[in-house]
Order: sequence, then structure tokens, then C-alpha cells
Amino acid sequence: MRLLLFGLATCVIVGCGIPDYLGDPPNRLSSYDLFDGDGASQEPENGVVPYAVNSQLFSDYALKRRFIKLPGGESAAYGPTETFEMPIGTIIAKTFSYPKDARDPSQGERLLETRLLIHGKEGWGGLTYIWNFKQTEAFLEVAGHDVVATWIDKKGDVQINEYQIPNTNQCKQCHTLNDRIVPIGIRARHLNREFEYPEGTENQLTHWSRIGVLRGAPNHNESPKLADYDDPETGSLDDRARAWLEINCAHCHTQGARAWNTGLDLMASQTDESLLGIYKTPSAAGRGTGGFRYDIVPGKPEESILLHRILSEEPDVAMPEIGRTIVHREGAELVRHWIANMEDGENEN
Amino acid sequence: MKMMTGNWLIGFLLLTACDPGPQIIVPGRDVQREVQRALINAAPGDTVRFGEGIFLFRKTLSLDVENITITGAGPDKTILKFKDQVTGSGGEGLLVTKGGFTLENIAVEDSRGDAIKVSGVDGVSFKNVRVEWTQGPSPENGAYGLYPVESRNVLIEGCTAIGAADAGIYVGQCENIIVRNNTAKMNVAGIEVENSVGADVYDNVTTDNTAGMLVFKLPNLPKKESRQCRVFNNVITANNRPNFAKPGTLISGLPPGGGLILMATDEVEVFGNEIADNDTANLSILSFRSTKRKIKDKDFDPFCESIHIHDNTFSGGGTNPIGDLGEAIKAVFGNHGPDIVYDGSLDRKSLVDGRIPVESSVAIHDNGDASFANLDLAATAAGKEPSVTTDLAPHAHSLEALKPIHIDGVN
Repeated sequence: MRLLLFGLATCVIVGCGIPDYLGDPPNRLSSYDLFDGDGASQEPENGVVPYAVNSQLFSDYALKRRFIKLPGGESAAYGPTETFEMPIGTIIAKTFSYPKDARDPSQGERLLETRLLIHGKEGWGGLTYIWNFKQTEAFLEVAGHDVVATWIDKKGDVQINEYQIPNTNQCKQCHTLNDRIVPIGIRARHLNREFEYPEGTENQLTHWSRIGVLRGAPNHNESPKLADYDDPETGSLDDRARAWLEINCAHCHTQGARAWNTGLDLMASQTDESLLGIYKTPSAAGRGTGGFRYDIVPGKPEESILLHRILSEEPDVAMPEIGRTIVHREGAELVRHWIANMEDGENEN
Repeated sequence: MKMMTGNWLIGFLLLTACDPGPQIIVPGRDVQREVQRALINAAPGDTVRFGEGIFLFRKTLSLDVENITITGAGPDKTILKFKDQVTGSGGEGLLVTKGGFTLENIAVEDSRGDAIKVSGVDGVSFKNVRVEWTQGPSPENGAYGLYPVESRNVLIEGCTAIGAADAGIYVGQCENIIVRNNTAKMNVAGIEVENSVGADVYDNVTTDNTAGMLVFKLPNLPKKESRQCRVFNNVITANNRPNFAKPGTLISGLPPGGGLILMATDEVEVFGNEIADNDTANLSILSFRSTKRKIKDKDFDPFCESIHIHDNTFSGGGTNPIGDLGEAIKAVFGNHGPDIVYDGSLDRKSLVDGRIPVESSVAIHDNGDASFANLDLAATAAGKEPSVTTDLAPHAHSLEALKPIHIDGVN
């Protein structure tokens, strides 16, 4: 009730219907009313839509849950390539957690953080909330943190890693495109897949259109679709490797993004070989080269800087440079196969 | 946190108790988050002040607010140290992504990657900043010390860079640049300007690097141009340190003993410099082909054009030519290599009636008794016998002077 009154007061003062979350962020995640109860169950409130993406960014094997909440009665505008246009007041949430034992989901999870992207009047902004030990609330932290995480993986091995919770500048590091913050996953090619809703399985684009949060979308068969890197049914080796590279690298390595100065563009749609790194001399890699001369040497993954950096756990060598502390073995293996199977158009001289 | 007593007092006396005055950050246990919070919460126009001491960080610090000044108590008194940087926290010591930024009177030491990267901004000044890898030269050091990239209106003055495994001061893909009064030593490259347009590099000292100063253009970068660079009144001496760059990097191919090297760049005016005792060659003018790397960039022009070398003082050097270039020098000159070495590579597309037009030529005049050689490396690369010449006559003309660089509020 107090929140409601505060909200009303804000409306009267600033003359709008949406709290200024970015200008004056609440200290507690529960203030956003995204989840049932204390949020520990991650059950979305009415009007909060859970979703998944075809290929997801690797984050130290953390589990992720994604949600989107649009202001009542409003919808996002479909586009085939770019991030959907979303109304001001839209909130996108992603909760990161580790399973206690990946072999037995019934043992539950430890929630680490919930990251929000909020569409404010002056554009999108990012905020991070860190879950407390009791798992009853998450609190705002702009400066980031690290959490020693212990969990049991699918093979039954105990894993310990120093999970990095990003600061708000680091939100921008991945989400900046042409000097603006943009959501990454809310694009047709990432969302065009099925999702298990409580009422049954449905294609996400179809579902969003049906419940009125998306307008202008064609039949999902006519929408672009990225492969799931982990599912050979969804695409060829090339499709899957390129999907993995896009979602793990292209948020920085594409035109207009933070690492465009390197001249590398790892979007799945890129067709220029040198922009993909084939026989590309590294520009600012420093130690990151691992002693190799080119980003990608076709047929020779073991001599390709790209794979060397994916396989590294050293701070100035590892790529992506934020958001992971351990190697994504499955992704690296996929990229290794992809480079190994690449035909060499010319011989090294 | 400690308040500035003076300001407090004045604030108190004026009964405007609202403003506690500038706060100074001092070393402490949770300094990582304290500083990062200060950088995130800073308002445009603010100054973030560090007191004396060694500040230990485990993660990249980043700034994304316009018009911020970060200042310390001096480059030997305020030291931001990144020795224990952890994986997944960023690739550099300090990362700045908004313009109007000034960093002054401070040191950054032992970052795992680049020391200070400023990316994609308008307006960045480094003043009296030291960047250093304190273990001395090592391939395990970070690549760049001061590293503005894709930025415009860049000032670097009165700074010191020591131990970078690539370039101590590296200006990449920038426009409108002044680099003056700096010292770079014990780096692979002392000072490098790369794929940039409009730079005045003057009154710097580079010594004891693998190569003293580079003006380069590389392929496969978004910014395709490298031109309008004036290199003047610098002291570039005894850059003979063994190359300690990580193999694979372009810079790792540089032989020790390069004083000033121009590669694949256009419109460079080199004058008033003292270039001495660089043992491969005091000054070299090279095409990118000299790197023997593939060029997979159809827009890339690998040749040097419109190069103007005049009124410099050369002495010593050329006594121990090393590397591919060194071998070519040695084959003809033994341990008495010339001061100015030109690989003689010409862009056939630029030729008019079989000759390079004067305005695109390499002009060399009034450099005292400096010796010169055109090594004709294009012939060597094609497997032919090079026709090496020391005749300066084809280059003994002048070119129009390049315009000085002006940055608002700086000069």
C-alpha cells in the first residue's frame, strides 16, 4: 500500500504512470512485483512472461531464468532483425542460480543475482540485485560483487568458482550498441522457439502475439531462427558454431559495439571472412594471441587465437573478458570442430 | 572516507551544511567497490580524488560518465595496482567509455591486460600519469599502457610508460591527437600512433624500448586511414631492447634497434628529432608487406606515401641490424647500416608515367650528414636481386608542411 501511495505521488509529481526506476532505483527486488511471494520460487506474477532463447550466453554454467514485463495493455513491435521496440516501462529480468546438485533438480538451487534491464524515459538501463543468503530478497548493488559458488555438476563432480556479479557499467559493456543500451535476447531469431507454459507448449512468438505483448509478428515459420548450439537437430555445425559465437561474442564484436575497434564481427549473419577473423592479424590482443598469428586459421583450431582465448582462464586472455571465470567446454569443442572443418581457401605462405 | 577539513569548515561557517566538499578516496579493505561505486555514482563535471597510497584492485575499474576528472596526489604517491586481477572481471586496469575525461597525477601498475583504455570518446586527457609493469619487461605484462582508441581530441602529456609488452603509449584509430613531453622506456614499442588521423607527437623521449616510435597502419581495422602525423623535436635514442612481446602479435615481429618506424602510413612529417644509437636503423620507412603477413582486407593500402623527413639529427645506430630488415641491411652494409632505411616499395597504382608523383613521394632533405639506403625489398620479396641504392637524389626535395593540431582548451 505504501508503495502504491508512493507510486501515485510520483505520478502526480512527474506526470507519468511509470515509476522512475532508473533515476531512483528501489533497494529491494521485491519492489518491482515481478515474482510471487518472496521471489525464491521465481514464479512470475501475472503479466510477467517467462521466456527462453535459442542459444544462450555462457555464464560459468549458471542456470538462467528470463522474464519480461510490459506496461499494462502495451506491446512490443516485431522486427525481423533488430531488438523489438518495447514501450517505456518495460522490465526484462534474468535470474542467475546454481543447482545444488545438477543431477537432482529437486534439491533446489541457490539464487545468485537478478539482473534487470529497464526501459526508462531516456533509454534502457541496467541494475543488478544480489540475493541474500536466506534467499528471501535481493538487494541493489551497483558496484558488483563476487560470490564463491559451490555446486555439483551433471557428472557428480563438485565445482567451486568465484562467480562474478557485474557492476552496472559492465551491463553496458555487453548491451551497448551505437552508444545506446539495447536488450540482446528480445530479437526474433533468439525468441523463435517453443516454451513450456503452464497451459502447454507453444512457440514464444506465437504466444506473445496471442497474449497481446507482441504486435506485427508474422507466422513464426517466417521469422528468422538461430540454432541452439547444443542441439544438432536445430542446425548444421556451421549454424550452431555461429549461433554460439554470436551469443557469446557478438554483443561486443560487431559494428557499433564495444569491441568493434578490433575489426572482428562475429554475428551469425556476417559473411565477410576477414571480419569473421579468418587470417586476420590480431590488433590489440597482447598476451591473448597465445603465440599465434591469426584469429582463425582454417583447418587449424590449435593455431587459432579465437579458440585459444575461448579456452583460457587467464584474466587478460580469456574471452569473453567479463561474465565467465571458467571455460565453456561444450562451446569450445563446437568452435574447435567448426574451425577444423573449415576449408582453407589458400595456403599460409 | 575522510572529509576535506577546510571545505567542511567553510561549509559550516556559511551554514550550507549540505555539501560535504570533495571526498578523497584512501586505501582500504573494500576499496574495489568503494571506488567503483564512486565512478558509477559520479555526476558529470565531478572530480574523483585519490589520496596517497597504494590501492589494490582485483577487477577492472570502469567509468561511463561524461566530463569526469580522476586525480591523485602524484604519479609516485597515488598508485592503483592491479596485480591480482581475477578472470571475468575485465580486460584492463581502468576502462573509460565517456568523453571529457581527464586522468592526472596518478599511476597505474601491473594490470594484467592494458593499463588504461579509453574507448570511443570525444575528449580525453592524460596528464602526469605513470603506467608501469614493475617486474620489468616481460611477455606476461599487459599490452598497452595508455590506450585511447576510436576517440577524438586526445591529449597525452607529461606521462611515463614503462614495461608494456606492446606499446607504452598507444593511440589507435583516433583523430586529432597531441602526444607531448612524455617518456617511454623498456616497452616493446615506446610510442605508437596507429590508423589515426591528425597527430602531433613532439618533445617526447623514447629510449631503451625495442622500437622507439611507430607510426603504423594495420589491415582489418574499422578505421582505414593513417595520415597527417607530425613527429618533431623528439629524442629517440638507443632503442635496442630484445623484443619481449608475446609471439603472434604484430609487434613481436619488430627487430630490436628500430628508432622511428613508419609503416603503411601516409602524410607524415618528421623534423627536429634527435635520433641516435638505434642499432638496426634509426629511421625506417616500410610497407606492410615487410611483415610478411597475409593481408585479407581489400581496402588496405600497404604503402607509405607523402613522407617528409627534414632537419633531423642522426648519430650512431645501424651497428647491429637484426631481423629480416636487419639481414637486408647487413647484406649490403655489414655493421654500418644507414640512418634512414627505405624499403623502396611503391604502389603501382600511384605511379604516373612510371614515377611516383612528388606529392606522394618520400622526401628527405637537410638531415645533416645522415646516410640513406633504398633496399628495394620488393625485389627481394619477389625472389629477385634487389638494386640497393644510397642515392638520395630521387628524394632530395621538400613537401608542403603539415598543419599543426589544435585541440580546444589545450592549445
